[in-house]
Parts: sequence; structure tokens; C-alpha cells
Amino acid sequence: MTSVAQRLALEALPQYTAEVRTNVARRRRWDLVFAVVGLLATSVGVVTLVALFVDLILDGYHRLTPDFFFSFPSRRAAEAGILSAWVGTCLVMFVTAVIGVPLAVSAGIYLEEYAPRNWMTALIEINVSNLAAVPSIVYGLLALGLFVYTLGFGQSILSAGLTLAMMIMPIIVVATREAVRAVPHSIREAAYAVGATRWQVTRDHVLPYSIPGIATGVIIGLARAIGETAPLITIGALTFIAYLPDSPISTTPPFVSFDWLWSGFTVLPIQMFNWVSRPGTAFHANAAAAGIVIVLLTLVMNGFAIYLRYRLRRRINW
Amino acid sequence: MGAQRAATVLEVKPNREHHPAVKSRVKDLNFYYGKSQALKRINMEIYEHAVTALIGPSGCGKSTLLRCFNRMHDLTPDTHYEGEIRLYPDDVNIVSSEVDPIEVRMRISMVFQKPNPFPKSIYENVAYGLRVRGIRNRTELDGRVEAALRGAALWEEVKDRLDEPGTALSGGQQQRLCIARALATDPEIVLFDEPTSALDPIATASIEDLIISMAGSVTVLIVTHNMQQAARVSTYTAFMYLGELIEYGPTNELFTRPRQQRTSDYLTGRFG
Repeated sequence: MTSVAQRLALEALPQYTAEVRTNVARRRRWDLVFAVVGLLATSVGVVTLVALFVDLILDGYHRLTPDFFFSFPSRRAAEAGILSAWVGTCLVMFVTAVIGVPLAVSAGIYLEEYAPRNWMTALIEINVSNLAAVPSIVYGLLALGLFVYTLGFGQSILSAGLTLAMMIMPIIVVATREAVRAVPHSIREAAYAVGATRWQVTRDHVLPYSIPGIATGVIIGLARAIGETAPLITIGALTFIAYLPDSPISTTPPFVSFDWLWSGFTVLPIQMFNWVSRPGTAFHANAAAAGIVIVLLTLVMNGFAIYLRYRLRRRINW
Repeated sequence: MGAQRAATVLEVKPNREHHPAVKSRVKDLNFYYGKSQALKRINMEIYEHAVTALIGPSGCGKSTLLRCFNRMHDLTPDTHYEGEIRLYPDDVNIVSSEVDPIEVRMRISMVFQKPNPFPKSIYENVAYGLRVRGIRNRTELDGRVEAALRGAALWEEVKDRLDEPGTALSGGQQQRLCIARALATDPEIVLFDEPTSALDPIATASIEDLIISMAGSVTVLIVTHNMQQAARVSTYTAFMYLGELIEYGPTNELFTRPRQQRTSDYLTGRFG
């Protein structure tokens, strides 16, 4: 490199400029190299996804008729539909959300806001983080033993909902803790300083301000549960169901019924799995159509999560 | 050794003719973060309806002492108090483990270093201290919110937009909002922890005026790293160093005729 003394000499200036430019150009080259590598790496993922989805659409879009949504599965591919599957998915998701979300959010808040910092808490924290990475089939096995046999819930919507709730709880706990931790300590201090109790601080401040993050975690957890197949097959989901569970609402008192909880069930991914494993392209088209529905469902849910985060975060700035 | 010195200094009581009423008395107060002792045998009296300033170099324990008064340390695990801070007229030891910190914070409120309004409306920011006490009556809330905002010299600026978020105000306004929040609950003592260190000079001046105007109706304890600020706003000043109370007396005496060498070294800028 050029020294300051040379730089000050007038006749050396053009050479100095040239040296600086070569230096910059040499370093800039690596900028470009990484930009290209990064773009390629990103496109591998995006292109594969798009290709898969386009293929799915090409195979299945002609089956996406209203009949497809309102028919039971059938031995004749052209008459088969996903009525029992999407109703099953909705009911199972309902149970999963009602059981899993309150438990997981409470646990997350407790761990972050209330639990004393000791080895017990540390142990629980490590376990929860690890549970989020446990393969779903393991949850299926646990549920088969616990819910289906020991507790006697059978191969029912209740068992399925509980299984998926168990599976997504760690995800929601982790998301809740992160959201709660993001609330600045100064806000908690402000609330404590006017005489609020821990519960008041949690209810009036920590919880409302971390709702965007919690909601995002909940939706991402549910979106993952929607696509789960393995644990539900393990607990004995049926693959061919030509009836709907009892309606939760009735015209006679007490107007609400919980019999549907004990009903056998199938869900979208299982229906899809069933069709894929059959010979014949007609059934494969059905599988592709069901696949489109699942992908769109998760896409919509994730999109809603992003929208929610954006909408709610905009109102909070500290 | 240090404790003895602090004790001898205190035999010279501040001028008690103007402020005879003692609002709070600190007796042999020690405070520990884990095993490390942050406050060493602090003894002092806080006078009612006066402004008392705590000054000293960084890490001298002035904020630690301030935060003993509303038991803020209870939020940090592994801390403990020894000794007493007696609050009058009912003579309660507010650092006793038998006294609920919530009870203490209902009587003694605090304004923090960085303005920390809740991301809620201006109205709800001020009303929060009343709401946690279970006050629901809208007329009472309205009246006390207005009184507190007037007390914090903010009412005229925000009276037409009480529903707007408190976080949308300027830094100085946010700090006055926090003062209003601290005043709304009719506290016996208001603690200020370097309330102007995040503010520009104009906002600082308005906060100082506010603190001066508060004296006479409320007892103020203020921590500041700014000696001129202590001289401007306070009637009594305590100089702390390395967790000890080195000197305590009327502000004009402490600044013009410090009794301790370390006080005068600090005041003349030789350290700190």
C-alpha cells in the first residue's frame, strides 16, 4: 500500500488512485461471488417448492369441484371426496387448540415470569426445548399407550386432538417464552412501581404486549399439526370413513353435544396417504387435490400469522 | 471504619427548623447482591415535603439505596436487606421481609431513568396505578388523572388527546407522563432515578422545575449524576461513595462547606 508521504506527492496521485481502485475491485469480487452463491442456494429451495406445488396443481386441480368437498371417500375415484377428512381435520384441530393453546401459553408465561431461576426450572426448560424436536411418531406411540388404552379414550377425535396438542405444545411454549422475554424489563418495572401484583403485571402488560408473538407461535404450531399423519395413524385413525361424527349442536336441549369427541375419524393427510397408496392414476389425482387443499390451508394459516404479527406489532413501540 | 465515619457525620443534623418532620429514617441499612455488599450501614433521615438528592460517582450505591425505598430489588433474585428503613407516621420498617413490597409501592412511587410509558393511551398510563388498586369509578379516575397530569405540567399539552398512545409523545413529555403516573396514586414519597439523563437540556429544565414545584406537597428523593442538578433542585444532599454515606446535610452547606475531604474532592471534580 502507499504511504501517506507518497500520497501527498502530487506526481504519485494517479498511481495512488489506481491502486485504491484495484484494491476495491478485488474485494468487491467476493461480494459478487457470495451474492451468486447465496442466490443459487436460495433458489434451490424456492424452485423445488414451486415445482412441487405446480406439479400438485397440474395433477389435481381438475378434481377440485364442490362435489369433491362434499363427498365421502368411495371405491370409485371419480366419486370420492374429502368431506369426512376435512370435517375430521377441523374437529381434531379444534380439540388440539382448545387443550393445547391455554396449557402451553400458561406454561410459557409461568416459566418466564413466575418460575424461580434454579436447576429445576433449567431442567424443565431443556426438556421443553428437546420435546419440540422429538419425532412425531414417538408422540403417536405415547398417545396410543396413554390416551387410547390407559385412559380408554379409544381411537377417537379426542385422542387425536390430545396427541397433536401434546406435539405442538413445546412449539407454543418456546414461542410464548420468546415473546414474553421480548417485553422490555423497564415496562415491568413501571408496572410494579405503581403497586401492581405479579398477576396484574402479567395480565395487563406482559400478556397483551406479547400476544403478536404468541399468536404467531400458536398458528405455526397448528399449521404443523394439520399436516401430521404418522402419530394419528399410530393411534389408529381410520382411512376410510363414510360418515360424519355426531353434530356438536342439536335442536333439542341441551343443544350442545360432545358425542363427536368419541367418534372415529380421519384427517386430510391420512386421506391423501390412503389415495396415494392405491393403484390407478385416478386416485393419485384425488391425492394431489387433497394435497393442494392441505398446502393452501397451511399457506393461509402462515400468511395469517405474518399478517397478525405485522398488524399487532405496529401498535406497540417502546 | 466507614460506618463509624458515617455515624459521626450524622451527629450534625441538617437544619431542622425549616423541615422538622422526618418522613423516613434509614437505620444501619446494609444491602447485598448475592454475597457482594452494595450498601454499608447507611443512616440518614428523609425530611417530609423536601427534595433530597443522592449524589456520587457511578457504582457508589445511590441508585441501589433509592431502589430500597420501593423494594424494587425484590424483583431481582438473590438480594437481601439488613437493617431498617422506617416510614412515618406509622413507623413501618419497609425493608422488613414481613412487609409486602406491593404495600410499600402503593405508598412510594418511582420515576425511572429512561421514560418508560406503557404502550397504552395517555389516560391509561396515568390511571394504571389507580386501576390496580381496584378503582373503577369513571368520575374518580377522570378527576385524578387530570389532577396528576396537571401536577406533571402536562395537562394543557395532552388534554385533547388522552386516547393517543403515550409512546407517541416526545421524550420530555413521556417523562412527565411517567411523573403523572407516579403522582396519580397520591404517594408519600416519589423516587426519581436520574430522571433527566435521557433528555435534552430543555426537557431537563422542565423536569427540574417540576421537581422543585413538587416539594412542599410531596417528599422527593432524587438520584442524579449531575451535581448542578442536585444543587438546583434539592434542599438536602447526600454524598455516597463505594456503598457508604460519606456526608449528608443541607444542600447549600454541603456544596459550599463540605466537611469531608472526599466530598470536596468529588465536588471539585478530582474524581468521579
